Amino acid sequence: MSIEIVLAIIVTSFATYISRFLGVITSMKINENSKIYRWFNCLAYSTLAALISRVVIFPNGDLIDTTYLSRIIVIIFAILIYYITKKNLVYPTIFSAIILTIINSYI
Amino acid sequence: MINSKIFLKGLFSIKRLDSPAIALGASFIAIGALLKNIGFTIQESAFSTFLIYALPGSLVLVESMLIGASLLNIFLAVWLVNTRLYPMTVSLMPLLITKNQPRWKYFISCFFVAVSPWLIMKNNYKKIDKEDRIDFWIGIGTANWLIGIFATIIGYCLSDYLNKDMMIGLAIVNPIYFMCVMIGVMKSKSVSIAIILGFILSPIFYLISPEWCILIGGTTAGTIGFFLGEKNVN
Repeated sequence: MSIEIVLAIIVTSFATYISRFLGVITSMKINENSKIYRWFNCLAYSTLAALISRVVIFPNGDLIDTTYLSRIIVIIFAILIYYITKKNLVYPTIFSAIILTIINSYI
Repeated sequence: MINSKIFLKGLFSIKRLDSPAIALGASFIAIGALLKNIGFTIQESAFSTFLIYALPGSLVLVESMLIGASLLNIFLAVWLVNTRLYPMTVSLMPLLITKNQPRWKYFISCFFVAVSPWLIMKNNYKKIDKEDRIDFWIGIGTANWLIGIFATIIGYCLSDYLNKDMMIGLAIVNPIYFMCVMIGVMKSKSVSIAIILGFILSPIFYLISPEWCILIGGTTAGTIGFFLGEKNVN
């Protein structure tokens, strides 16, 4: 293994673990019925939503080669399939990949 | 030390049809293929998921390697993109912490905090006795982590057979899965507002600051959701 890559991986893992570690330290002092816990709960969900939204609307990586319109069509289809299939998570997940691949290949 | 029965129960919870195994696997297959394309060996690719185990962090690593960023820049970029793990850990660990369990379990198992296991645990913790939750969590985390590592190796091996359209298909799976899960957890007013505003504010803040949009958008949305929810309770 290249020492340069190993160092980059170790630095990345350390930068990732810090937030998790500090989260445990903070958690030791927090009661699950407290207001601050409820605030953190909202923050956790909203930050996740922010991340997903950012990934879909302003993507990095391979999704950058797709159009806004194609991604919005996929999102609408996925939500529809999710509700039609009574909140099944597998169908929208698989169909989103198929629909986006088709749109990107042929349109 | 670890209740093996509960640990295995957590480990095999990934077998459920609606578990995030498919979405998680698809994303790490894409990461594996991406790592091969930038010149990682198969050992380095598996090692990266083994140690990092966070998709956005791995993506930042890839982008940073491509532009030849310094270690300090990599550290700051990854830390910034993964600060979301802090509120996620704080909103999970109080549900698992008991006086009778050793503290090392929490400090080691926090490594497993990532979206997939976090969502499974948040949706299932009430079904598990509080004393057993940490062992259940270690089981869920181990299962997701192993899927991530194996999928990275599979992606690496399949990279020559994955064309651009297939990679795009794999890349959309994870955000769509999590989006549907988030819609499913919108049961209380505070969490619903936090999620909807999070979806809306992040792209808006992106136009001001792409680096900080998740943190600022998420914090603003979560705080508004919390206060409106509390107002409702009062």
